[in-house]
Amino acid sequence: MSMNKDKTEKNKRTLRERWHGLNYKTKDFIQSWMFSGPSVLGVSVFFILPFLVVVYYSVIKSPLNPEFVFFENFQNVIGNQAFKIAVKNTADFSIVAVPLAVILSLGLALMLEARIPLKSQFRTFFLSPMMVPVASVVLIWQVLFDRNGVLNEVMLTFGLDKIDWLKSEWAIGVIVVLYLWKNLGYNMILFMAALSNIPKELLEVADVEGASETYKFFEIKLRYLSPTVLFVTILSMINSFKVFREIYLLTGEYPVERLYMLQHFMNNTFEALDYQKLSAAAVILAIVMVIIIALLFKVEDSFGKDVEG
Amino acid sequence: MKKKKYFGRAVMFIISAVFAFLFLMPTVLTITNSFMTQSEINANYGMIFSNITGDRGYIADKVTLKFIPDKVSLSQYITALIKSPDYLFKFWNSVILVVPIVVLQVGTAALASYGFTRWRGKFRSFMFFFYVILMLMPYQVTLVPNYLVSEWMGILNTRWAIIFPGMFAPFSVFLLTKSMRRIPSSLIEAAKLDGAGEWQIFTRICLPQCRSALYSIAILVFIDYWNMVEQPIILLPDPAQQPLSVYLSQINAGEVGIAFAVATIYMIPTLLLFLHGEEYLVEGIAHQGSVKG
Repeated sequence: MSMNKDKTEKNKRTLRERWHGLNYKTKDFIQSWMFSGPSVLGVSVFFILPFLVVVYYSVIKSPLNPEFVFFENFQNVIGNQAFKIAVKNTADFSIVAVPLAVILSLGLALMLEARIPLKSQFRTFFLSPMMVPVASVVLIWQVLFDRNGVLNEVMLTFGLDKIDWLKSEWAIGVIVVLYLWKNLGYNMILFMAALSNIPKELLEVADVEGASETYKFFEIKLRYLSPTVLFVTILSMINSFKVFREIYLLTGEYPVERLYMLQHFMNNTFEALDYQKLSAAAVILAIVMVIIIALLFKVEDSFGKDVEG
Repeated sequence: MKKKKYFGRAVMFIISAVFAFLFLMPTVLTITNSFMTQSEINANYGMIFSNITGDRGYIADKVTLKFIPDKVSLSQYITALIKSPDYLFKFWNSVILVVPIVVLQVGTAALASYGFTRWRGKFRSFMFFFYVILMLMPYQVTLVPNYLVSEWMGILNTRWAIIFPGMFAPFSVFLLTKSMRRIPSSLIEAAKLDGAGEWQIFTRICLPQCRSALYSIAILVFIDYWNMVEQPIILLPDPAQQPLSVYLSQINAGEVGIAFAVATIYMIPTLLLFLHGEEYLVEGIAHQGSVKG
């Protein structure tokens, strides 16, 4: 009995001794991985490795017949009519919505920065869309933009014809409004935070020197804001992909052609269990995203260097 | 000159006021409409949700956007909370999905961002860049990998199929690393001289320093997952386990009134987090700045 206890005691000691006996470098290595290890492991297991499988799927004939077909799946996807429409619509949406989200939120931030009353209440109001559950967003958007909806009532009183907004040429516009409504508030907060970090002395000197508001904006504020502009742009891009949820709930699996997004394509391909097509589309999407991100980083490098740090 | 300035400010005030109220409108509509009876809802919006079944009662030929109910009624809440306990079950489903995700994601992210801050080798810089890329991937790209792993691990159609990927989502690692890197290294060096180990530096210095960032990230993650729809549909198809957000999104037209009441109930946790943490939300992201590490 006591011998046994002795033994465990001895083992314990050796473990501790072993730890202290390690040289600095090994200790540091073990400690560093105790912190980042769980996350790196989880990300590898749940995202990176399976993505490699997706890449593998994209170049074989089928999981049952793993014959290497090279670019055949990619050619199938790119040649697919639905895919082309989806890419065009998604690109159109992002090209309109993302810059608008950046510019309008910056405008709102600048307005709230001017000393106006009720500033903090307004800030809360602008953030309120983040709280509203998607389901109720969808209901309200229907009430507003349906064929018999509120907007058409207003149009009628002005003697204009009814439009079925979500099934018309304007459908993308309706979604852009929804997207802006949802995301402007948070973007605005990011800009407000960045604006408050601009050194006051700089603006005061500009005032003393008699600089115009335009000069102050373009030559001082925008330079300090450039990292935030990049950050907000990227965030807006992420969120522009999330608006699919609302489109899907508003218009179902097969909306009017103008609203058929890449996500519809992926979703429907997923439901058809066409893994080859799906994998190829995912790989294409990933490559495009990496290119866009690299470009944005390059832009920031050449633009925001003088104020970094 | 001074007059001009006042005029400009008045214009800005009016513009921001108009926008602010437009932005607030859906929230107000959701809450006030939840206190209307089903017949009042039908009367107001009957034209739109015209496939309403059952006793339709009076339907106006015009849609009316009403902010104040004719008579404040709790009937929708009574239906939602007492008559059909389904909603409460789904609410609980949401809680047991989202709370673990928020806690685990922020916890793992806090550890990882400390790792990414204190040790910066080539491999870690590469990993961090990878996280940024991953963070920017649309959900539709990560969906297939997520599905494959869940299937392979046999956790498909269980809660874990959503909790695990949520736990390791790179978004909070990215934001937290950025705020941890702002902690003055002199602070850490001083603690080290005093004999603090890495764990002590992490818990006693880094975490308190990042309090507002931690809080704001927790709010953002919570909002994101509280409203999830796509993930459960694909990874957790069992309706009995799905969160209320999915259920709400499939509510049919005849239940518009209940939908507003349930949506209002569903909004309460977010609202409380917001009221309690709006200042943190602003403060915590105040220093995000550049995207690169």
